[in-house]
Amino acid sequence: MTLKIPPHQHLKNHPEELPSAVETCLQAIEQAKPLNAFVHLLADRARHKAVEVAQATGQGEELPLRGMILAVKDNIAIEGTSLSCASRILKDFKSLFTATAVARLEKAGAIIIGKTNLDEFAMGSSCENTIFGPTHHPLDWERVPGGSSGGSAVAVAAGLVHAALGSDTGGSVRQPAAFCGVVGLKPTYGRVSRYGLVAFGSSLDQIAPFATNCQDAFAVLCIMGGKDEHDSTSAAYPMSYPTEGLKPLGEKLRIGLPKEYLEEGLQAEIAEVVLQVARGLEKAGHDLVEISLPYSKLAVGVYYILATAEASSNLARYDGARYGFREHSAESLQDIYTHSRAGGFGREVRRRIMLGTYVLSAGYYDAYYKKAQRVRRLVLGDFLDAFGKVDVILAPTTPTTAFKIGEKIDDPLAMYLSDVYTTPANLAGIPAVSVPAGKDTKRLPIGVQIMGPHFSDELILQVGCDIERLHGRI
Amino acid sequence: MGEYEAVIGLEVHAQLMTETKAFCTCPNRYGAPPNTLVCPVCLGMPGILPVLNRAMLEQAMKLALAVGATVHPRSKFDRKNYFYPDLPKGYQISQYDEPFSTGGSIELKVDGHRKSIRIRRIHLEEDAGKSMHQADGSTIVDMNRCGVPLVEIVSEPDMSTPAEARAYLNEIRRLVRWLDVCDGNMEEGSLRCDANVSVHRKGSEAFGIATEVKNMNSIRGVERALAYEIERQIGVVEGGGTITRQTLLWDETEEIARPMRRKESSDDYRYFPEPDLVEVVVPSEWAERISRDLVELPRARCMRFCQEYGLAEATAEVLAGERGVADYFEALAKESGDPRRAANWVQGDVLRILKERNCDIASFPVSVSDLAGLMNEVETARLSLSGAKKVLDRMIETGRSPESIIEQEGFAQTSDAREIEEVAREILAKFPSEVIKYKSGKKNLFGFFVGETMKATKGQANPKVASEILQRLLS
Ligand SMILES: [Zn+2]
Repeated sequence: MTLKIPPHQHLKNHPEELPSAVETCLQAIEQAKPLNAFVHLLADRARHKAVEVAQATGQGEELPLRGMILAVKDNIAIEGTSLSCASRILKDFKSLFTATAVARLEKAGAIIIGKTNLDEFAMGSSCENTIFGPTHHPLDWERVPGGSSGGSAVAVAAGLVHAALGSDTGGSVRQPAAFCGVVGLKPTYGRVSRYGLVAFGSSLDQIAPFATNCQDAFAVLCIMGGKDEHDSTSAAYPMSYPTEGLKPLGEKLRIGLPKEYLEEGLQAEIAEVVLQVARGLEKAGHDLVEISLPYSKLAVGVYYILATAEASSNLARYDGARYGFREHSAESLQDIYTHSRAGGFGREVRRRIMLGTYVLSAGYYDAYYKKAQRVRRLVLGDFLDAFGKVDVILAPTTPTTAFKIGEKIDDPLAMYLSDVYTTPANLAGIPAVSVPAGKDTKRLPIGVQIMGPHFSDELILQVGCDIERLHGRI
Repeated sequence: MGEYEAVIGLEVHAQLMTETKAFCTCPNRYGAPPNTLVCPVCLGMPGILPVLNRAMLEQAMKLALAVGATVHPRSKFDRKNYFYPDLPKGYQISQYDEPFSTGGSIELKVDGHRKSIRIRRIHLEEDAGKSMHQADGSTIVDMNRCGVPLVEIVSEPDMSTPAEARAYLNEIRRLVRWLDVCDGNMEEGSLRCDANVSVHRKGSEAFGIATEVKNMNSIRGVERALAYEIERQIGVVEGGGTITRQTLLWDETEEIARPMRRKESSDDYRYFPEPDLVEVVVPSEWAERISRDLVELPRARCMRFCQEYGLAEATAEVLAGERGVADYFEALAKESGDPRRAANWVQGDVLRILKERNCDIASFPVSVSDLAGLMNEVETARLSLSGAKKVLDRMIETGRSPESIIEQEGFAQTSDAREIEEVAREILAKFPSEVIKYKSGKKNLFGFFVGETMKATKGQANPKVASEILQRLLS
């Protein structure tokens, strides 16, 4: 029989049950081990924290996330614990400090139960590029859960935790959320501090929550978000978590349907679900508006130039000289670098470092990096134009439902195209949420994506709530 | 150089004297035990982010304004990518195509002629750690220097002799110390200089191919390295060879410049905008405030010394050589009420003592009021000038007050005419033949009699009184 942890609202009201809930959670994770969602458990830490939170509430402390048990992707730092990034090069590395987002969640009473599997350095769309072996889709073990934050998506989808943190650089939270049938929110760039998130594409990365519903995703966002003095790119946008949580949508919205997102390459069942949702929202009183986002077509290409360029620099620090994996047979400095990096990074990471190094090289910079920056501005311009006409945009999250393990691993281009609908939001820095909205004929979840203007995170989650309601989830 | 002309441009790195490092809160301090002034941020650990220290901007702004540069209201940081063990992130945060400031100039005076050296740009960056190569071939690294804020001051290739390069560096050094933005210590590496140099035949329009010379640890070293490299290039050209673009490392002990090994120099730094930092924005009010609060610059101060105190330009230049010295002089001029004498004291004895003791004016042990007091003793003829100088030396040696030295060590000068006359008569009696020679016309013997009288009174006779008495006795 599958173990179930009590809902966090229950634990919030009965904090004395928290220590036993942590044990249940640990047993559930143990039972679900074959899914390979977790790579490191923080069992003792979680036990201590559970007692601490239970006691603190006894003293009347205000802990808005009391009772929420969370999983954290293993590319987000927690002091004294693993920060492997699913890479051989950081296999035994332990962080010296804790990410701001995690510290804020813990301060609010959340309990971190463990670190989850991912594509190495968050590079991948299937959670297969990892030294820990692939994570499996909870509904069909032959299939991938999506990536790169696959472990966190599965932990939530399998009911092992209440919520989880991932990171979304080009869709790494929304795509696995869609595949696994949970909510995945990519916040506005700058809304959540990146301090403690191992950088992949710094101008695109955001720490992002998975939850079973939009209400919980909102709670996690509010608590972990806001200005952080350790991250200059974090926004001074006011953040507070209202006690009543996410309010229902009060007004009628104009909802944009971008025609380019519903053309060829999209699995028919997904297109159908998007249109169903659109009709449902229309019935609920909102207006549907067809819009055009022509430059989104170029987003994947632009994304793979900019993200890899930044990654080639961000990953330069893993050189075997100071920490992490070092090839000990190497004698010269040059050999330490080349052998440690060749042996320490997996194939996909090496491919992206080479791609990124190439696009930044003298003579190619203008043709690739600079041009990509220009197109990035055009992609943003499309959205700004659109948000003059509509309040939010409804689109598919992924072109297909979960694919089979091994299906795309040798075809990087096909793999990269899994991000076709998600990369535009990262390039534009706007918030986007994937909400489960149906299933295909194989009973695999389908997610729809809602995108909004900068700092409209709350609004798109409110729309997400409406979609949940349409499908009788609440 | 004969029929050749050299073209020299310098890149000077100055470590700014901020409390904390450029992008983290570690102390910015020299000389701590290795790897003790570090944190995850300056060690480039996974997940860290840099946060700009505003004090770095403020100090850079002072320097930029002092050389008359245009500070850009907006500039950005870039990443300069290369691998080296003392570069923990694998890139240096620097500024590439949108520097902090552009333009400006440094005025030089070399061998009597004046020259203006244009500054191309000043940009901000972080320092790397320090690699120390060991005798056994291994390399150890000290990360304390990682993230120390730097400005790089890039000159136009406006210098044509090693002496001009030296003068330029002296001027930069004086300026950064004057502004309190860098201690200018080349031995400790807080001020560093790389040079680009080429030679061409006089009258030729086209410049030669430039080489880069690095690793010079003193201003003298820069001058010598440039002289060496210019001579080498002329030799190559004279011998029919061609100069190749390369980087040379100056060996201070051997006094030669050796080509850098190929591997150590990277050609392509793959610069791109630093995504972890926001644009550097300098609000105009801020620039105005710093401009308003900027201290009087050396040149202006030198001119004012000439006009206000009637000093010779050469003297004023010496006094304005360092801000602390100029401040000391001005305080002394006010306290003593005699700017010219104050100038003589500072230019002569104070600077001599500083040089002998190898210390700077901040640690000069004699206060302005004590020195003014000493000057007053000379003025009132209680001390002779030479006696006062001896008292000053004793003050430095013993740390005691001038009064106690004058009283206890018998430096006080006597103007008692009877006492001096007694000694003068003894001297004239002691040298009868000289007296005869003097009276028969050898008037330059007068100084001899004064000297002997002074000697006999151990320098305590007032020389003016002694002269008058001798004059009377000899007539
Ligand atoms: Zn530090």
